[in-house]
Parts: sequence; C-alpha cells; structure tokens
Amino acid sequence: MTTFEKATHLDVRDTDLGQAELHARLLRTWRTGSSLLDRLSSVDHKVIGRRYIITAFAFLCLGGLSAMAMRMQLAQPEAKLIGPDLYNQLFTMHGTTMMFLFAVPVMEAFGVYLVPLMVGTRNIAFPRLNAFSYWVYLFGGAFLWISFMLKIGPDVGWFAYVPLSGPDFSPGKRTDVWAQMITFTEVSALAVAVEIIVTVFKLRAPGMTLDRIPLFVWSMLVTSFLIIFAMPAVMVASTMLILDRLVGTHFFNPAEGGDALLWQHLFWFFGHPEVYIIFIPATGMVSSIIAAFSRRPVFGYLPLVLSLIAVGFLSFGLWVHHMFVTGLPQLGASFFTASSMLIAVPNGIQIFCWLATLWDGKPIFKTPLLFVLGFFFIFVIGGLSGVMVASVPIDTQVHDTYFVVAHFHYVLIGGAVFPLIGALYYWFPKITGRLMDENLGRWNFWLAFIGFNVAFFPMHILGLQGMPRRVYTYLPEMGWGPLNLLASVGALLLFISFVLLLLNVMISVARGAIADDNPWDAGTLEWATSSPPAPYNFSRVPFVTHREPLWDNRDALPVVTGLSVDSRELISGTVTEAFPQHRESSPAPSIWPLLAAIAVGAAFVASIFTPWAVVWGSIPVAIALVGWFWPKDTPEDEK
Amino acid sequence: MKRPFAARLVAVLLLTALLAACEREDRPLRSSPVLSGGREEIALSTNAPGPGAPTEYKTGTRGEYEKNAFHVSQGKKLYTWYNCSGCHANGGGGSGPALMDDVWIYGSAIENIAASIREGRPNGMPTFRGKIPEDQIWQIAAYVRALGGFVASDVASSRHDEMRSHEGESRLPSPPARTSSQPGLAHPK
Amino acid sequence: MRGGLRVTGGMAAAWLLSACSGPQSALDPQGPHADNLARLFWIFTVISAVIWLAVMVVLVLGLARRVPNRLDPLALEPRAERRSLVVVGGAVVATALTVIALTALSYFSQRKLFARENPGVTVKVTGYQWWWDVRYESESPDRTFTTANEIYVPVGVPVTVKLTGYDVIHSFWVPSLTGKQDLIPGQDNEIQFVASRPGVYRGQCAEFCGWQHAHMGMFVVALPRPEFEAWAEAQRTPAARPEDAEGQKGAELFVSKACVMCHTIRGTSAGSRVGPDLTHFASRKSIASATLPMSRGNIAAWVVDPQGIKPGVNMPNVSIAADELDPLVSYLAGLR
Repeated sequence: MTTFEKATHLDVRDTDLGQAELHARLLRTWRTGSSLLDRLSSVDHKVIGRRYIITAFAFLCLGGLSAMAMRMQLAQPEAKLIGPDLYNQLFTMHGTTMMFLFAVPVMEAFGVYLVPLMVGTRNIAFPRLNAFSYWVYLFGGAFLWISFMLKIGPDVGWFAYVPLSGPDFSPGKRTDVWAQMITFTEVSALAVAVEIIVTVFKLRAPGMTLDRIPLFVWSMLVTSFLIIFAMPAVMVASTMLILDRLVGTHFFNPAEGGDALLWQHLFWFFGHPEVYIIFIPATGMVSSIIAAFSRRPVFGYLPLVLSLIAVGFLSFGLWVHHMFVTGLPQLGASFFTASSMLIAVPNGIQIFCWLATLWDGKPIFKTPLLFVLGFFFIFVIGGLSGVMVASVPIDTQVHDTYFVVAHFHYVLIGGAVFPLIGALYYWFPKITGRLMDENLGRWNFWLAFIGFNVAFFPMHILGLQGMPRRVYTYLPEMGWGPLNLLASVGALLLFISFVLLLLNVMISVARGAIADDNPWDAGTLEWATSSPPAPYNFSRVPFVTHREPLWDNRDALPVVTGLSVDSRELISGTVTEAFPQHRESSPAPSIWPLLAAIAVGAAFVASIFTPWAVVWGSIPVAIALVGWFWPKDTPEDEK
Repeated sequence: MKRPFAARLVAVLLLTALLAACEREDRPLRSSPVLSGGREEIALSTNAPGPGAPTEYKTGTRGEYEKNAFHVSQGKKLYTWYNCSGCHANGGGGSGPALMDDVWIYGSAIENIAASIREGRPNGMPTFRGKIPEDQIWQIAAYVRALGGFVASDVASSRHDEMRSHEGESRLPSPPARTSSQPGLAHPK
Repeated sequence: MRGGLRVTGGMAAAWLLSACSGPQSALDPQGPHADNLARLFWIFTVISAVIWLAVMVVLVLGLARRVPNRLDPLALEPRAERRSLVVVGGAVVATALTVIALTALSYFSQRKLFARENPGVTVKVTGYQWWWDVRYESESPDRTFTTANEIYVPVGVPVTVKLTGYDVIHSFWVPSLTGKQDLIPGQDNEIQFVASRPGVYRGQCAEFCGWQHAHMGMFVVALPRPEFEAWAEAQRTPAARPEDAEGQKGAELFVSKACVMCHTIRGTSAGSRVGPDLTHFASRKSIASATLPMSRGNIAAWVVDPQGIKPGVNMPNVSIAADELDPLVSYLAGLR
C-alpha cells in the first residue's frame, strides 16, 4: 500500500486494474520473500506443498533402501548379511516410514498443493497451521530416522503389538521413539485434514456447487474426515503405550487387569481406515488423469462421489479382519468378513466408472495414463486377494504370511503409488513449469511394472507354501529359496525404476521442455493458472459454471471481481452453493508456526524420557502460541 | 559466518547423543570375548595393613551392564528363571536379605554383587560359579543394581508383565549417596 | 499387450501349482480342516482370476477401440452414456451378488472349521520365546507328560490343542493340518485338527515374537493309534540311566554345569522349567524348534554355540571343555 493509500484508507480492488498492474500488486502482496527467514515463514500452500512432496519422497527413498536391504538378506536361505536385531529394525523402519512418513503425507501434500488451486481460491484455510503441520511432520520423521541411526530405532514392527513392545520385552527407548513419532505425524495429519475440510467447504470459487467439485477434491475431503476420526485412535493407543512404558500403567498388562488385545483393537481401528486414507486420494488422482487422457469427463460423477463417501464410512467397520486368528468369537468375526467383502462393491463402482470412461474416450498414451493402466492391472489383483483374506477361514491360513505381504503391496503400490507417480508426471508441469521426459517416463513405467510384479507375485505363493512374515531368514530345506531370489531380483528392478524417476525429476527440473498453462488440455481450475502458478494463484477469482470449467469456457474464464489487491484476501462462501459471503483475510507469513513446531517437538521428544516434560514443555509451546495468535492489524472489512 | 558454527554445534550435539544412546540401546546378543575375560578382584573387608584402602582390581568396564537396557532386562528375566526370587522374593527378601533396601552387606558396586553371585556368601547364598555363565552373572548383577535404585530410569523397565509387589525398577527411589561402596560401611545407622 | 497377458497368466498358473508342494504348504492338505480351507481357497482363486481377466479384457478392448476424435470433450452422446449406465449398473449388481455368494461360502466353511468334536487327545501348548512347551493332558495326573517342539498325534482322531502364551504373542500354525491361532498371554485359545494320514507335518510360529521368530518351528507327527500309544508310554517313563561310562560322565556333567539351571530330565535331579524338557530329547526329529535335524553333530553344534545358530536365543553360550563335549553329547543322544 502506498503511504497515500494507507493514510486515506483507500482500498484498491482488482476490479479497476489492468492486467499488468494487477499482477504486480498481487505479487507484492502475496509473494514469499527470498531470505532464509522469509522462506521459513512462508504460509503459501504451494511452497509448503512442494516441501511436503519433496520430504515425503525423501522418506520413500529411505523406506525403499530399508526394503532393499531386507530383500538382499532374504534372497538366500540362512544368509548372514543382516542379523535378527538389525533386520527387525529394518522392517519396522520400512513399514513405519512408508505408512506414516510417506504414504499419508504425500497424499496430504498433493492435497495441500492442489485443492486450493482446484477450488479456485488463493490460499488454503489456516495457512499458518499448514506451515506448522509441515514442520511437525519433518521433525517427527527426522526424529525417527536420527534415532535409527543412533541405534534407538524401533524394532517391534510398524504395528508394535504388546506385550512384545511393552516394557519387559522391549527394553530401552526404541519403542517409545516409535510411539512418539506417531504423535508427531498424527498432529500433522489432523492439522492438514482440518484445513482441507474448511477450504473445500468454505473457500470454493463462486458457482462451484457441491456437484461441480472435482473428484480429486472430493477424495481429499473424504480422506480428511477419515483422518479426523481414525487418527485419534492410534494417538490414544500410542500414548497409552508410552504411559505403560514410562510411568507403569497397566493398559496392556493382562496380569493387572489390562488386555493385550486392547492394543490390537485400538491400533487397527486406526490401521484399517489408514490404508483408505492412503488409497482414496489416489482414486482422485486416477479420476483426474483418466478425464484428461481420455478427453472426456469421468463417467458417473455421482456414483463415484457416493462410492467415495461409502468407502469412507465402511472403512471404519473392517478393522477386526486383522484379528481373525486371535481367538475372538466367530459370529463377530464373520460379520467383519461380510463388511470387508462389502467394501468391494463401492470400489468396484469406481473401477467400472473409470472403465466406462476409457471405453468411451480416446486414450492418449502418455506416461500418466500408463501408470493409471498399471494401477488397474495391479490394484484389481490386490483387491481380489483382499476379498480372499477377508474370508475368516482363508485368513487362518494366510494371515501373517507372505500372501498378505503380497496382497497389501498390490493394493498399496498398485492402488496408491502407481497413481501417485502418474500424478507426479501429470502435475509436474504445473508445479515446476517444465514437462517431464516422456521417454524416461516410459522406461520408468515398464521397469516399475515388471519389477513390481516379479517382486511381489511370487510372494502369494511363498505365503501359501508356509513362509511367515517378519522372518529374518529361512531354512534351505523349506524350498523357499528360488522364489525369494526371484522376488529380490524384482525388487531390484523396482528400485532402479525409482532411481529413474528421481533422475527424470532432476533432469526435467533443470532442462525439461517449458510447459504452458495447460499442456494436457485438462478441464479443472488449476490449469487456468500459469505454470508454475503465481503466488496469488488467480489474478481474479474464477466464476464456475460447470464441473470442467476450462472445457466449458474455452475462450475466457468468467471471473469474480472485488477482492483487495493490497491485502491478502480470499472469498468465503456457503457450503453447498458456494454463494460468496465474505472477503476473508488470509494470514501473512509468520515465523511462529516454525517456533511452535520446535517447542512442540522438543516437548514430545523429552516426554519419552520423563513425564515432567509435558509440564515444563508446555511453557515454550504456550509462548509460541501467544506469539502466533497475537492480534495483528489486518483490516477485517465488511462485505 | 553463522552457518559453519551452527553446523559444528549440531555435529557436536549429535555426537554426544550418539555416544550416550549407543550404550543404552545396544543389543549385544553375544558377549564380547575380550570383555568377558579379566577377573574383577574386590575386597570384602575394609581393613588392610598400612594407611591406604584395600587393594582392589576393577577393570571399570562392568559399568556397561547397568547402562544397557538389554542387559538389565535380561537380568530381570534370569532373576526369575534362576529362582533368585526363591530367597530374595522380588527384591523384598525372605530367607535371603532384601535387595531393594540400603543395606549391602557385601557391597553394592556391580562388581561386588557379581562376586556375591559367583562366590556365594555365608548363611545361605549359593555359589553359582559354573552354573550361570559369566555374562549372565553380570546381567543379574545389573538387575539387582536396578532393584537397588542405582540404574538410570531410561534403562530399567517401568512395569512388570506379571504381578509384583513393587513398582517397575525405573520408578524405584534412588538410594542416598554414599562415599564408598565398601562392605562394612553399609550397616544401618 | 494381450500376448503378454496370456504369458503372464500362464506363468502365474504354473507358479500357483508349484505351491501345492513343500514341507509346510497350505495347499497340501493332510487333514479335513486343511482340506476344507484349500478347497475354499481354490474356489476363491478361480472366481477372482475370472473377474480379473474380465476387467483386463474390458480395459484392453476399451483402449483399443476406435473412437472418433472429439474436439469438444464435453460433447457426450446421451445414448452412449445411457448404455454405459446400464452396463455399469449391471456390473455393480453382479459384484454385489458375487460378494454375497463369497461371504456365504466363507461363512459355511468357517462353521465347519470351528466346529468342535470330542477330542481323542488334548495337548496344551505354551508359547515361549522361541520354543513350544507341549504338555499332554489326561484325566489321571500320573499319565500327563511334557515334551517340547514336537506334537505326536494318532491318525484320524480329533486333537484339541489348547494355546496360551507365556511371554509375548505367538501363533500356532501347521498349514497342512489346519489354520492358525494365536497364543496370547492372559488368554486361553483352542484349536482342533485331525491328521488323516501318518506323516510328519511342519509348522512355524506366525506372529512376530522377537529375534528368533524366524526359527520357531515345530513338527506334528501323526502315527497310527497303537504306535502313538507306544510313543506316549515311552514318553511317560523317566530317562534311563546311561549304561556306558561316557554316558554316565555326560549325565554328571549335565547336572554340574549350567544345563541343570534351565532344563528338566525326569529321573535325574534336573528339574528346571525355564527351557524345554529334555527327558526324551533324542527321540525327537529336530533340535532347537525344528531348526536343526537331530544328529550327534547337530547336538554338539547346538550345545557349543546356540548364539551362533539362533542369535538372541535364551540359551547362553556355556564354556565346555574339549574333553567334556563328547560325553555330554553321548548322554544327550542317548535320551531316547
């Protein structure tokens, strides 16, 4: 604001300005500075989203390296490469990293980056909370991996069943590190979930009624509700475990009235929705990619949305299928067989709708679509093997064997990672302004596809041949050697494909072909911004008239005017019709989220050593929150 | 300017943490042949000719056992399995003396406790030489130290997976400071 | 693409069939429970394979089909949309019906699996880190006996196995005989199976229980009834005093070294219950929970360096002098 404008309280709106001056003034208002302090204080959802994506992929690499170490050890019977203690730590780190530090955060990351762009607003709701959640996530992940380097890495599996993870059988602080890392990541996930729900409900561009919301945004919305209802269960469980291990409570101690199965119930009440938290955003990615690469809107918008919601609700009714062999009453168990099989119906609806879209559309076989086709091949196998393990009798044979390992890798890698890589190729031009290399992309896809299937299909057979999970080696006379060797070779191919992906990203960022605003000619709003988007996203907030706004308005996008250019403003509207209600001011950059995250992180880490850390640690947290919420003079205008 | 200093500070902090954590979290499934050898020689009496204290030979390396969570937890299991609780109950004593109190007739240092287990003691403590391997004797001694409250709270276990009459070892009160752990000085006042 | 699919399908079929054999295979059923499970598995597999193939065929056809270039992506043909709706709707109904049918099949199989008959033999198995304590129960207390890591059963007779955990959660799993069930501290579980044929069936712990979870195996040996009774009688007798001098020296060594602190040999003064009961150790087919086959050499290897074979196991390395090893091994090998 110029001094004259400040003095006269002149509020310049975007209605009156020409394009160049509008861009200049919005840039000044919304940009993140380039000094270190500015970059650490950024509340731009795109900056934070990019950081999230990069950090999540870094954890993918770490998790992948631990998997490669495991596969090298298992390639031969009685191999002496890795002993039992290190192996137990490796498979724990692999599972924990992939589930808590990669899969959920990367989906959230894409949500944080894309949802505000797709709903046509300038920033995510609660931007400082967004920054805070990233820092907490980073600190939690760093805490876990630094602990692993210091030999305090957990070694009880990513699910940490008691009594093995209790104080008598898991001495030291290893399990406490695991349990507290969960607290970090769950706080982070809950924060992002809240932001996404509010963004989707209140900050949509005018005219974007509920049935014009892109499918990816719907998937992130449903996922956010799942996070809010599921994460507290694991936070409670991990907190109870820390209490047992630190102050001697008896939650999980059968000798004093506790129950070892209580842990399993609490963990899996979270654990099953967790895999849907990972899978549902991937279905949103698949919808986006299929629409763009079959040159038509996705068939069956309403059934797809209803399926997403149905899957969300149903996913809370399945958790006991992880406990079929614990000796629970059979009538109850068979109920969970029914519900676990029932969830195949909404998932089937999604598959059929996508198939119908591809049937009627004209496919363009670029890398994103290749990964989506790989998704179909792999995920359907995983889903069907899931129907098999949902059956109690079959599960009594295959539970805790390599059959289940094969199943969940088919659904997680096929169902979430393949769409994710496709999404990376798809949205890379938007995020960086350059296209990824198509040739390398094809090599990436085929290596990943072949490597994955060679690695994991034999595991179905290994499980049926009697190989249990979580074993650091096996006897030569069991006859599992050849298939294990084959799986290890496949794992190596899969690993190389990820190296290729990394290479492709690095080369393309430096020397990729420059992308224009909408290189794929897709229909959703994020493609209306420049590549990469300006810090303010849209120079004027679009007015939405159709589910695929860019396909409906090919010449020029209708816009809404009236937002201030010299202060950070967004439009907030009604929940169903997105009828504009207020000009909402969006917080400016602030260092307090980082400071609060440091305070919270220190309190969490110290509290595994002494309960007093919660008391004394709350003081820096309180100070940070006071600094964060201290009233600032943002003018809150009337409408 | 600022960055090299910050980097150095972080490195130093990490190194300190590394050394500290290393000891507690190691899982030495096999005892080190070098460390297992070497006899600790302690004196049971405070009297010795001449002005000085009695001559003792302690390698000083045995302290690692009570700083390592794995050793203490193994000692806890062995305490039950080898029936130490038969005479000492779960630390409260019975026909044998209590191990959770301040009275250490033969000394409270880990070398003294290990010697008591190995040699046996008058009035009923059997000698376990040849019956309990050396490494395990030290693990049991480390656990007895935990019962006495000498072991750090992040090393010892916080509660038992079975019914016991006392809180977990990490929550037992620390013993009052003593100038020496020599026998004879441990009688109650 | 279609050729590749067929090749993949063929390889998959070949691999699947290879799973039918193996010392611990769920697809090599040797009892009615495992049979029931294997049959259910094959039904599910065939139905799943058919569904997957159908989806792949539709996908490939849909991709290959020639569709005119649509300049405006929003220009959809209402008739085609309606047709897709009908087809998708039909597919959804078919899915729902299939799911209901599979649930029903599973339910009936489950009822058969968990149905209980009057057992001919009752065994109580307690899971320890990393071995199985096996106690044969009987109405008269003097006919009970304890062994470890191997369960002998009569052929054709229902055997009830009661399961509990001593320390952490383990899982009892003998794939050729029946499904698994967990051994949970503080909880009493139960499983029942019938061995249809004489044979040796391997099993393994199937719940992660610490360092040597990988080496916590067991054998179930099915014998015709008379031979089973003879075996049980032999197990009830205490260990015979060795007749040769070397064996007697070994017996003395056993009770004078660390061995006596953890093991029981009925008929001697060794009575500790920390480790497996060794009264008829040499009558077993394996050592260290199905990790090593029974032989003199393996007994020596195990006794000298258990930590090398199963790092982390609760049996410590005990120093055994060179002239002590042979008598000790002779003694142990004589405990039939």
